[in-house]
Amino acid sequence: MQPINEIHSVMTPLDRQNVDTDQIISKEFLKRIERTGFGKYLFYHWRFRPDGSPDNDFVLNDPRYAGSDILVAQDNFGCGSSREHAPWAIQDYGFKAVIAPSFADIFYNNCVKNGLLPIRLPEEAVSELLEKGKREPYQLQISLEDQTVRGADGTVHSFEIDPYWKQMLLNGWDEISLTFQYEPHIEAYEKKTARA
Amino acid sequence: MPKTIIEKIWEQHVVYEEEGKPDLLYIDLHLLHEVTSPQAFEGLRLNGRSVRRPDLCFATMDHNVPTRNRNIITDPISRKQIKTLQENCEEFGVPLAGIDHPDQGIVHVIGPELGLTQPGKTIVCGDSHTSTHGAFGALAFGIGTSEVEHVLSTQTLWQSRPKTMEIRIDGELGFGVAAKDVILAIIAKFGIDVGTGHIVEYTGEAVRKLSMEERMTICNMSIEAGARAGLISPDETTVEYMKGRRHVPQGAAFEEAADRWRALASDPGAVYDTTLTIHADEISPFVTWGTNPSMGSGIAGTVPMLTDFDKEADREAVRKALAYMNLEEGVPLDSIEIQHVFIGSCTNARLADLRAASEIVKGRNVHPAVRAIVVPGSASVKRAAEEEGIDQIFLDAGFEWRETGCSMCLAMNEDAVPAGERCASTSNRNFEGRQGAGSMTHLVSPVMAAAAAVEGRLTDVRNYLKEPVPSA
Repeated sequence: MQPINEIHSVMTPLDRQNVDTDQIISKEFLKRIERTGFGKYLFYHWRFRPDGSPDNDFVLNDPRYAGSDILVAQDNFGCGSSREHAPWAIQDYGFKAVIAPSFADIFYNNCVKNGLLPIRLPEEAVSELLEKGKREPYQLQISLEDQTVRGADGTVHSFEIDPYWKQMLLNGWDEISLTFQYEPHIEAYEKKTARA
Repeated sequence: MPKTIIEKIWEQHVVYEEEGKPDLLYIDLHLLHEVTSPQAFEGLRLNGRSVRRPDLCFATMDHNVPTRNRNIITDPISRKQIKTLQENCEEFGVPLAGIDHPDQGIVHVIGPELGLTQPGKTIVCGDSHTSTHGAFGALAFGIGTSEVEHVLSTQTLWQSRPKTMEIRIDGELGFGVAAKDVILAIIAKFGIDVGTGHIVEYTGEAVRKLSMEERMTICNMSIEAGARAGLISPDETTVEYMKGRRHVPQGAAFEEAADRWRALASDPGAVYDTTLTIHADEISPFVTWGTNPSMGSGIAGTVPMLTDFDKEADREAVRKALAYMNLEEGVPLDSIEIQHVFIGSCTNARLADLRAASEIVKGRNVHPAVRAIVVPGSASVKRAAEEEGIDQIFLDAGFEWRETGCSMCLAMNEDAVPAGERCASTSNRNFEGRQGAGSMTHLVSPVMAAAAAVEGRLTDVRNYLKEPVPSA
């Protein structure tokens, strides 16, 4: 996993609630056995019309936001299935962080495990960002170390993140390697509960 | 201090705890399927790691398998995914019920059938509907592929203690009301994200009277309420179901286990972070009209008016949903014509579900404008249904009787609803495109789906049922 800390980019305003994992990555693209290559299918049925032509009304097709690293959406982002293909697709497309008032639990976990930074901000703060971002391209500066999102106009929002996940993300640690250090505890547990 | 079942199971599984860190939890059962596991096994290979406890894993193929002709998988990528699971299970020694195995089926149907699912266990699977197993008083939750890899390597997961929520269902369920209606009504009343960050325990008089199949339907859709997991304290119904199942201890050992299971039930007076209540009187046969499971109402209702919603964000969400669903505001729900009926999925494809639906279609015919399919939840459900003659009832009425799998719930195989067509479905999600690009889903119970198949539109199943004569 790549370490993550500072992100400086224009934000992409996806002004929708309850964006579900079926929209993020549709099931017809879940058959691949690799972790990579899902970006071109991100929000496929919103980006493309049934005839395959791009839907220019969809925000990801708006050239003003091309190359953006930060996706901003409304509450309950990532609800639905546990498919990790969802954060893989978001990351593979080029995003490094997603900002929303709330995330579905499994999706949030899946982001953290892949070094995609999920940021919870209060609903009013997100609405404000969405308004600014829709009006004109709006730059954000994220610092994971400081737990802040700084807008181009100087507005600063702080966010909370579990200190354990923060360390994992800042250092890009492999969680499985860390857990191997607890092997004696796992063995002891198995002995104690007769699971050995 | 009195404890909830959630706290009891959690405490029994903590391998390591430290201030400022999540708890390291031991996992008793790891279920695997072909879609969310290949990248995890690949991760093991790349790092030279092995599966720590293959004996605590069980794999099957369900998401991608064909339900018509078992041996013809036309899509080469699907074929590769299925072959990959087979090879991974062989390489790492993981037990597998493959496509032709007599135990094959939807992962959340076969776990309980085989007795792998047991009260008090921690159970994970790379699938959000793992919450189904909570019906037995197990702590069961869906995980992503990175976590699948973590469990394969270490048989543990780092988990922060979630908050606890009680959803109490008071009173007695009314005539013609199914478990599916209960969970859809709960989600409609409390919202699609009410359970976020929580594990839900379903309690109350109505719950105690439910069969294990019905409890599974309710726990299955906990994730549609945003909950990490949903469970029900074990009781005699649970113990009775477990008896004689293949992976369950027998004889004296069974009685010991049963006592342990009974002791897991939440203590009287246990405190939850949140308690919500719904009365059975509020629940009638339900349908969804929108593009998430909270957008639903009793069948006697109508598609809502935009003016019913106070917040502009909600109006906008409903506007988008109605545009996608091609529905006008205020339309009576029982006037909506459907072209497809799907009876299947981990929510509603157990023997009791198929039996109930078959009672409705017995001696009747599927409407000529409707294509209706039944996809049993497992090979074992299919065999049992065929022994009872349930398959013939469906076939005589004009249903297709298929092989088992996830099928049209998510349409990863060729079972899809075409664009612009409507399906009354016993599955769990009505998201845009869920059953096929441009398809429109109305979530219902098995008996409501059966009645819709006959009528060619959504309809109140109570008109098809004889009200039982009240006992003196």
